[in-house]
Amino acid sequence: MKKLINRQAGPVGRWALGLLPFVVLVVLYLVASDARLAANPNDKLLPDLASFVDAIQRMAFEPSKRSGEYLLWVDTLASLERLAIGVAVSAALGLVFGIVTGALPLFRAGISPLVTGLSLVPPLAILPILFIVFGLGELAKVMLIIIGITPFLIRDLQQRAAEIPAEQLIKMQTLGANTWQIILRLVWPQVMPRLIGAVRLSLGSAWLFLIAAEAIAATEGLGYRIFLVRRYLAMDVILPYVAWITFLAFAIDFALARYSRWRYPWFHQAG
Amino acid sequence: MATIELKNLWKEYGDQVVLERLNAEVEEGEFVTVVGASGCGKTTFLKLLLGTESPTRGQLLLDGKPIPDEPDESRGIVFQRYSVLPHLNALANVMLCGELETSRWLGRAFGDTRKRLREQAVAMLESVGLGGALDKYPHELSGGMQQRLALAQALIKKPRILLLDEPFGALDPGIRRDMHQLVLKLWREQALTVFMITHDLAEGFYLGTRLWVFDKDRLDPQTPESYGARITYDLPVGDSDKGTLQSISQNVNDTSRLLQGAIR
Repeated sequence: MKKLINRQAGPVGRWALGLLPFVVLVVLYLVASDARLAANPNDKLLPDLASFVDAIQRMAFEPSKRSGEYLLWVDTLASLERLAIGVAVSAALGLVFGIVTGALPLFRAGISPLVTGLSLVPPLAILPILFIVFGLGELAKVMLIIIGITPFLIRDLQQRAAEIPAEQLIKMQTLGANTWQIILRLVWPQVMPRLIGAVRLSLGSAWLFLIAAEAIAATEGLGYRIFLVRRYLAMDVILPYVAWITFLAFAIDFALARYSRWRYPWFHQAG
Repeated sequence: MATIELKNLWKEYGDQVVLERLNAEVEEGEFVTVVGASGCGKTTFLKLLLGTESPTRGQLLLDGKPIPDEPDESRGIVFQRYSVLPHLNALANVMLCGELETSRWLGRAFGDTRKRLREQAVAMLESVGLGGALDKYPHELSGGMQQRLALAQALIKKPRILLLDEPFGALDPGIRRDMHQLVLKLWREQALTVFMITHDLAEGFYLGTRLWVFDKDRLDPQTPESYGARITYDLPVGDSDKGTLQSISQNVNDTSRLLQGAIR
């Protein structure tokens, strides 16, 4: 028998071991739910599987009695739209400012302290200001995401742009490149896969800010719905919504990772 | 007229003297190999030639004028590492300088220009033996092939001066010999002026037309940084006997040991 530290899981074993905790969690939930429902059939805290199916059916596949909309899809579309606009604007800002401050020392000296200072402001603390300035419309919610993740993106990309080996910057100059060409042909392409990585890391925060903003002021959206049905202790809606949000987050992350591997093979295979 | 002149050249960083009283002239088409212990200013000298560092005293002249104080296309370079751009394949790496020249704002060439640049790049790559690896990324190439690519990339620009910073230091001996042949061939074909830095003395004795040894001829064991290195030997290559090699080797090793000891 080999020592534990030397033992590896086979391909099947790895899947089995990976799934095991999920299965355990589901079983624990079902047992607990069963026990509570046996004591009180009207318990709302841990609904059984049938209530979930029922709730999903109601939210996703039947028009709402009040508005005639399919709520889950309306919410998903609204939230994804805000997230996409917020993250896209942040990524663009992060890319531009990250490259400018990372590649050009004069700009770094001027801009970097400001960005560092701004990044220390807790975004949720200025949410009221956003609502006052931008009103309760879409703009305030998108702005919260932008304010929340842009400083991180700028600082990360500045670091990455500054990390490009000096040899390569010198090489470009000996090939006759001016500053603009160095940025266009060396810094920008090398920073792009880093941008995707940084966006992946910041998506967690982006979701956090999105749901926080929706919870406070919105008329549709995944975060809005969760906080709305909380008033009725509707765990049968909240838990599927949380699972759905988690799945969306996972799918976006997975898609970005795949895209990066496909588009920037030199970045992922170099070692 | 001398291409490069060193006139009483000093380089100091604060109290630390790296190079002192360098005087030399290098003609067009010479192949100068620079050897010396680590910490004797070989790389600093290369940075002066490249323009990323400026002399503290004295002058470094190119065609009678001070050498430009930032890197430009008059001086090509091959480093030991990071010389080629990892995000471009071999062909794109070599086409790059033509693209930068023809397209000021996009840095990319299209149509007929692109076709012409491509043909030149393919010919260049074939001449360094990379004709079969046009679409390979640098990480897919071996160390020797990466340095071949770096040479092709630097030489297609037709620089007047080619700087080599321990270009073969990380290569296996057999591959290193092939690379020597390649460098000599390219030097003859393109009539380049070459400065090659190496810590391999034998390499210096065998390659090129002229050997410079950087060494500290005054050495204070307590504060080795108070005196700089000078060119202690300036020999035509192929005109020196085994005894010279041995005595140079002895000097360089002594300095090296002393500097190492002082650092510890």
